[in-house]
Order: sequence, then structure tokens, then C-alpha cells
Amino acid sequence: MSQGKTLYDKLWDSHFVKSRDDGSALIYIDRHVIHEVTSPQAFEGLRLAGRDLWRKDSIIATPDHNVPTTSAERAAGVDGIEDEVARIQVKTLDDNCDEFGVTEFKINDQRQGIVHVIGPETGACLPGMTIVCGDSHTSTNGALGALAHGIGTSEVEHVFASQCLVAMKMKNLLIRVDGELGPGVSPKDVVLAIIGKIGTAGGTGYAIEFGGQVFRDMSMEGRMTVCNMAIEAGARVGMVAVDQITLDYVEGKTYAPKGEQWDMALAEWNQLHSDTDAEFDSVVVMDGAAIEPQVSWGTSPEMVQPIGGKVPNPALESDPVKKEGIERALVYMGLQAGQSIGDIHVDRVFIGSCTNSRIEDMRAAAAVVKGRQKAASVKEAIVVPGSGVVKAQAEAEGLDQIFTAAGLEWREPGCSMCLAMNADKLGAGEHCASTSNRNFEGRQGYGGRTHLVGPEMAAAAAIAGHFVDVRSF
Amino acid sequence: MKSFTTLQGVVAPMDRANVDTDLIIPKQFLKSIKRSGFGPNLFDELRYLDEGFPGQDNAKRPLNPDFVLNQDRYQGASVLLARKNFGCGSSREHAPWALDDFGFRCVIASSYADIFFNNCFKNGLLPVILPEAVVDVLFAEMYAEEGYQLKIDLEKQQVLRPNGDCHSFEVDDFRRHCLLNGLDDIGLSLQHADDIKAYEEKRRQTAPWLFGAL
Repeated sequence: MSQGKTLYDKLWDSHFVKSRDDGSALIYIDRHVIHEVTSPQAFEGLRLAGRDLWRKDSIIATPDHNVPTTSAERAAGVDGIEDEVARIQVKTLDDNCDEFGVTEFKINDQRQGIVHVIGPETGACLPGMTIVCGDSHTSTNGALGALAHGIGTSEVEHVFASQCLVAMKMKNLLIRVDGELGPGVSPKDVVLAIIGKIGTAGGTGYAIEFGGQVFRDMSMEGRMTVCNMAIEAGARVGMVAVDQITLDYVEGKTYAPKGEQWDMALAEWNQLHSDTDAEFDSVVVMDGAAIEPQVSWGTSPEMVQPIGGKVPNPALESDPVKKEGIERALVYMGLQAGQSIGDIHVDRVFIGSCTNSRIEDMRAAAAVVKGRQKAASVKEAIVVPGSGVVKAQAEAEGLDQIFTAAGLEWREPGCSMCLAMNADKLGAGEHCASTSNRNFEGRQGYGGRTHLVGPEMAAAAAIAGHFVDVRSF
Repeated sequence: MKSFTTLQGVVAPMDRANVDTDLIIPKQFLKSIKRSGFGPNLFDELRYLDEGFPGQDNAKRPLNPDFVLNQDRYQGASVLLARKNFGCGSSREHAPWALDDFGFRCVIASSYADIFFNNCFKNGLLPVILPEAVVDVLFAEMYAEEGYQLKIDLEKQQVLRPNGDCHSFEVDDFRRHCLLNGLDDIGLSLQHADDIKAYEEKRRQTAPWLFGAL
């Protein structure tokens, strides 16, 4: 009998076009998502080589990294973007999409949003697809049971021209989280705990499948949060098998198949799970009940502690490279070894990003701040929905009113302070409770200090002015 | 793409683990719609004492004298010696573009993040993987000897130390072939256009929903 296949094996096999003598393969790409930052040089490359798009109906575009999030600056569309360099880049995306005939949700289209939010939300990204984007958080789409990963700009051009990628098959890693999460513990806490355990290079060379009861019980939004941060564990790909939760989410989406094609799709999608006798190259097992709300204290996503924990002491680290990393992080973050996580005060709060800006995240944060007031010591707390659709839904539910009544700002959709390419950024030395994905030096602003948390924990920090355990808040 | 065959060059250190692509080239410089001109902003936050912005005259900015690439002994370096998990984080190809624009042709480290590693090969920049123990030796020798040089031979897949010791490294045949010959891999893939079309036709029958208009 032949060996069972993993979910990744199945997706690889169904998109395999041709192998080459050297072990590399041509893999067919079903969906190509593009944004303004990593596509201009690829379009320019096509022009210089006199090439056209292989399949323009496979591409969907939207500006997200550079768009302003205040309604005042958004009002005039592209022309209203104050930063000239950013304006040129967004305009270049518009021009390229118009010239090449690519579908684009432009800046003030309600369907505009963060690429990894709008893909699943519109049904442009579906189970069983291969999905790429010039953005490392493309792994988000793996929550659909798709093979999705980030690529560089040269590869964006390669997919434009050939609809394929030259790929080497990755190894299979199963991360199984058994049991049930405790109350107040979010999907973000799960993925931060995973990264804390396996490290930022723990998944390098692997495609990760997230399995076990915790993920079976998790909503699609939660699965997207987890798959989003596979890259922070070093893996380009993070996936969850298709189940009824997936199908219920996809059904009825704008670009999801309908009628007879829905039935055909179901037959294929119902196979999108690892076979029971599939073998993984590596397996990590964790206990869901043991996971607590997490807060990152350092400058790498693996530098996390539970809310009740303390900032580590480098003197206790035996590995010299790690020890030096902790020492450098403490200096950059302005923290003391042994300091309680709950004693870290925050200057700003950011709720948003491709990790945590979907409707469920908005609801979770709103539930925490409802009827409370932002601490006076917190200079600014912004809530940035992931798309125009999320924004409209949240407003229909009155969530915007809850946020503004509590002293938080309700913004227009975009990447915003996750990477601070637009005006939303930290000042030097400021601590931020952020629902984003990276706490690298300078990531959210020159000299800024990022603490990665889930939306509930960020909301609670906005109210308390420092990190608190949302379970007893 | 420019080819890479052999390189003999001065080695500069980036002596920390998990160097991310935000550190290699900060996001404010990603607003450019060009592939070139990122060199002056390579490691911007470490290299200068002030905050950098696109369009600045970098020659007028205060340099951080403690940063290695500002030190005389590493001027003209073309080999960057680094630690594990180099290039982690964002997929920005601006990272290898900045390294290349600065003058680096080769990075040596014990491991790399996948996307960065892949991006290097698309830009004539060779990421060499050597065991951690060897990397430790190279760091020690480099710190001990001003003007320390290494020779990298892609044809033979070897790094040659000044004392004559040789260290072999692995590299995929396809990537090696493209780099040695400076080949554009889009052109190579399009040689298989018939295979791609055949796959597409078959998929169009079995999975028509994948081909719907957006």
C-alpha cells in the first residue's frame, strides 16, 4: 500500500506541472494577490522584457501598506495621500493594473483592505488553491486549506509571466495543539506560544500544518491569525485542514463557486486533510489548556512570556549568541531583567494588521473596552479594520461607537502601524501593545518598542495603561 | 542577472543572530518603485545616528562610528559574514537589492530564512551556508586580521581561507547553474510553456471554479 499523504503533499501534487533534472519543480499558481510595495518592479520587468501577463484573471490587487488611515486624508483618494513617495507608489499600482487589465480594489472601494484579509473575505482565495503574494504573511490563506506563501518581487514577475513558480518541495511539520483553550485565551496567544516554543527559525524549510482539537474548534478568523504568523516561526507555509467550519465560511462569498461548480469543488475540498497514515518529517505537540495570554517583551517574536511571567535574565542563558540577543533586546526595549510583564506601561495601542483585523478581532477588542475608558497615560489607541467590508460590518454592529466612547480611534482600513509605512507610527522609546506580527527593532517606528499581543490583551492594556491579564480584567 | 563564478573579497561582520529584513532595509525606503539605489540605506538604523527618510542626502547624515560598515578596515567589503537565521521576517526583495547595491556579492551564515535565501539567487547574490563551528572560526580569524579576505568558488562550491583551508558548501543544481551563467529563470520556465498550458487545460476541466473571472 502506498504511504498516506499530508495536506501539503496533496496540494503540491495537484499543482505540479513538471519536474526538472535538478530536483526543482514548476508549480502552477491559481491566485496571485498583489499590492503597491512589491509589484512595481515586477511590472517594470515585464515591460522591459516585452512580456505580458500569463493569466490576468488570476490576479487581484489592492493598495494597503501605504494608504493613510485617517478619514480626512482618505477623503480625496489617491490624490489626497500627503506623502508624495507613497502617493506615487499607490498611483503606480493603479496605473499598472489599468494598463495590464488587472482587477484592483482601489483605495476607497469598500472591498479595499489588507491583501490577506480581502482574499478570503471575497472568496478570491479558496481552499485547495495555490496562492502567492509578494508579502510574507500570505501564509494567512493557509487557514482555508490552501498552499499559500510569500514570494519576492522577482518571483512576482515570474508568476506574472509564466503562472508558475520554480519550487523545491518543503518538509512537513505538524504542530498539534490538543485539548481546549482556557477562557480568555485567543488564537494569537496560541501562535505566540508556539513561536516561543519552537523559535523564529523552528519552521525554516517546513510547511506547517496546524492540527489537533484546538484548531478544529477554532473559527476561520482564528485559524487565519495562526497561519498568518507561521512565517514568524520561520515557515513560509502554515495550513489547517478543510472541515465544515471552512466550508461554512467559504459558501456564499462573492467569488466562491456556485451551483454545480460548488458541488464539484466540495468533492475536491473534502479531500484536503492529511491522511491518517501520512508521515510528517517532524511533529510538535502542545497542550492547549496550558497556554496563557502572551506578551512579547523583546525584539524577536520568539521573545514572549505569559502575562504572569517576567522579563528573562541574560545571565541565566548559556548560549552566547542567545545571551547577547537578550542583552541587546533589553537595552533596545528599555526593560530590566526580572521585571514583571504586568509592570510594562504602554504609550500607544494598535489593534489591526493582517494578523488581527478581522471582524472577530474587532468584536473581541470591543467587548473588553465596552463601558470603560482608555487610560490617560496612553497617548493614542487606534483600531484599524482590515478591510472596508470589516469596517462596514463593525459599524453595523455599533463596534465603532464602543471604541470611540472608550477613547479609542476608529480608522480607515490598511496595514497602518504594523509596519508604519504610512503616518501611523511609534515615537522613539514608546511602548506599544500591538496586535501585529513583528516586534523587530524600528518595525513600528524609529526607536519604537513593540509588544505583540492578542486583541483582547491590547484592548485591556489600553484601559489599564499597562499589561494586565484579560482573564481577570 | 549578473553571473557569479568566483569572488575574492574583504569580509565584514554582522555579528548577531536573527537579522531581519526590516533591519537590512527599513520600511520607509520600500516606497521606491525602482530596484536600485538602496545601498546608502542598507542597515540604516545601525549605520546612522539619525532617522532616515527617502530622498535624503545620506552623505550629510551623522554616521554611527561604532557600526562595523563605517569602520575603515571593512571598507570595500564584498563578503558579509553573518549568524544564523539571517534575513528573517518580511519577504522584501529590497533586502538583497540593498546588499547588492552596497557592494556585497556573497553572504556567509549557518542558516537563512527561506524567502530571503531564495531572493538572493534572483539577484546574483550568493548565500553560502557553512556549519556554525566553521562560521565561528571565520569570525575569529576575521576579527584577528585586518583586511581579512575569503575566496568563494561557486563552480567548486568551496570557501577558501587565507591559510589554504577549504570548506565545501551545498547549493541546488538549478540555482547554481543560473547563478554561474547569469540566467533569467523566467526565460527558462517559459521554455516549458506547452507543459504549463497542458496542465492548465486539464485543470480547467476538473476544477473550473479556479478559472472564474474576478
